[in-house]
Amino acid sequence: MTERTETRGLFSRLPQINPVWVLLAALIVAIIFMNPGFVEPTGYMNFLKRAAPLAILAAGQVYVITSGGFDLSVGSLITLVVVGSSMLTNNDPTATYWVIPVMLGIGLGTGLVNGLVVCFLRVPSLIATLGMMITLNGLAFMWSGGAPRGYLPDTFRFFGRELIRDVPLVRFIPVSVIVLIVVVGLFAWLMHRTNLGRQVHAIGDNPVAARLAGVSVNRTRITAFMLSGLSGAIAGILLGGFAGVSTDVGTGYELQAITAAVLGGAQLLGGRGSVPAALGGALALTAIFTLLNFLGLPQPVRQVVQGLILIAAVALAMHRRKQTGT
Amino acid sequence: MKHILMATGALALSLAPLHAQNFDDPEEFAKQQEQLAAEPMGPADQPWLQHIGDAMVETADLGVEAPATVCFSNAGVNNPWRVVGYTNMTEEVANHESIGEFIHVDAEGSDDKQIADIDDLLAGGDCDVMIVSPNTTAALTPAVERACEAMPVIVFDRGVNTDCPVTFVHPVGGYGFGIQGAEFIADNVDEGGNVLMLRILPGVDVLETRYSAGRRILDEAGLNIVGAEFTDGDNAKTKSIVEDYLMRGEIDAVWMDAGATAVAAIEAFEDSGYEIPVFVGEDQQDFLRKWQDEGLTAIAPTYPTFQWRTAVIAAAHVIEGEAVPGPEWVLPQPAITQDNLDEYVNPAMPPLHYAMCGCEDMANYPGAWGGN
Repeated sequence: MTERTETRGLFSRLPQINPVWVLLAALIVAIIFMNPGFVEPTGYMNFLKRAAPLAILAAGQVYVITSGGFDLSVGSLITLVVVGSSMLTNNDPTATYWVIPVMLGIGLGTGLVNGLVVCFLRVPSLIATLGMMITLNGLAFMWSGGAPRGYLPDTFRFFGRELIRDVPLVRFIPVSVIVLIVVVGLFAWLMHRTNLGRQVHAIGDNPVAARLAGVSVNRTRITAFMLSGLSGAIAGILLGGFAGVSTDVGTGYELQAITAAVLGGAQLLGGRGSVPAALGGALALTAIFTLLNFLGLPQPVRQVVQGLILIAAVALAMHRRKQTGT
Repeated sequence: MKHILMATGALALSLAPLHAQNFDDPEEFAKQQEQLAAEPMGPADQPWLQHIGDAMVETADLGVEAPATVCFSNAGVNNPWRVVGYTNMTEEVANHESIGEFIHVDAEGSDDKQIADIDDLLAGGDCDVMIVSPNTTAALTPAVERACEAMPVIVFDRGVNTDCPVTFVHPVGGYGFGIQGAEFIADNVDEGGNVLMLRILPGVDVLETRYSAGRRILDEAGLNIVGAEFTDGDNAKTKSIVEDYLMRGEIDAVWMDAGATAVAAIEAFEDSGYEIPVFVGEDQQDFLRKWQDEGLTAIAPTYPTFQWRTAVIAAAHVIEGEAVPGPEWVLPQPAITQDNLDEYVNPAMPPLHYAMCGCEDMANYPGAWGGN
């Protein structure tokens, strides 16, 4: 007990700081140490640009996790968005203005179906979205015939690839970083400043109590899935813009998004989650990848280190939570 | 515990040189270097009919009668290279009256499924000739041996550890691919120049041999290899890796073991405001177009998809009792260079179409391959 009090005393001086920010700061110091060029705009702006799709995805995922579910379908949704956009734009630069709304609609629609299946067919979200993941992968494959048939026009790639130059202080801002700020800002506002956010927390914490308190559990849950789907579509538009068309662009993103949210302290099975902290988690995860790139370790060593850092980081987050009781 | 550790250590030690030998074999390297330079036999305008070396195998006594059923056990159609190849194949089948029926089973990239597929085909009893494109070499060898006992077998793309097939159709090989790209870099970059090597993933034999051959040539030419990175064939990851390298120093050439992410790598130079350096890509349309549009100094070694046609032609020869090049049918492995780039660029074809398909003269070109 004495020990416990001592630890508490040590930590109580910084009780409010989420450990994900400490982790992020440590990783960034290490990156700057490895590569001083990182403090230049090219360095940190490239980093933010790269983190943008994952950060947006994590911001959406945190809604589903907080409401007590998982969304595994976002990775293949990204693939579908990229492949579908290349099919629909069909090399026509003027098609962008209607293809992007269609893609956002596909994202919302995917989330709607996920939500309906979970709420009304009583399929656990892990299975419902796993099924959706396989379905969407198949759809993307059917649509493209196994190999993409077109390029994405520059108008479409604007959001993921272009830079706004001659900005004071930072020299340039990638468009994707602006998208990141706007989308994550909006998601954070919805989660932490509106009734919807409180309801999402409530149904994740205790759905029965939430229902008795007058929360429409199904509507809230479906909204959470739709926001996650929307974030998947936006991430797909950014990734397609950043790197062009490929048939496996979204692979693995669903797990990265969940990891980022958990790194940010979101509680699997619901009741707790924060959009800004998920952003921190996404940045930390990207920082781990970047740092390992800079270290130049062989691939297998990298995977081992990456896995260990992840486990350690989440363990630390859990430990801190127990300590602070939040 | 100590014993386990020692045993593991001994195992690791004994495996390490074995692997090194497999993927960096100076004899095989020299052989493929020679084959690249050799003059292939057969019609120069139909490379899928050509062969390097003059050994032939008689097939008249194999006892197959036309029209025969050809069964094809396919490792998978799980990447654009195999999609193009499989289209070549189905179109080629239509050219042969001696092939009555063509049965295709797709193993979806799984050894187990492919072994079961082959056994099912054998048990079904409908097949007269079998074509196998093995998923991996060692795992499929026993299944191919079983097939050999029942009927003539033709293997292509990856090989098997048995000489029982009538012939093994393949282009020169991985060493050859690595040699072509690296020699181009050595010829176009001054000694001491910085080369970034981009690889898809470790442990795949055809990719490891490309890398070992490339590395050997670059080292011998006195070039400075700044890094050899795995991209997982992912565009976004490729672009990020190249951007990171650019922040740390100059790059004079990029060597790749496969071209699928070449355009993403090029864009990293463009978006960071650098000149595009000497590039090794592959014969996919998106890379060839970029090369033409930007006037790059580049080369595209190929692993020609026309070998999928050759496998069907070999099967037809077996049915008709004609001799085929064997026991290995070594196809030429041409590289696309500045001199013949214009012949291969075709904006009507999809971005990931492989230009060295030998399919331009086929009946349903370009529609069947997704072109307009």
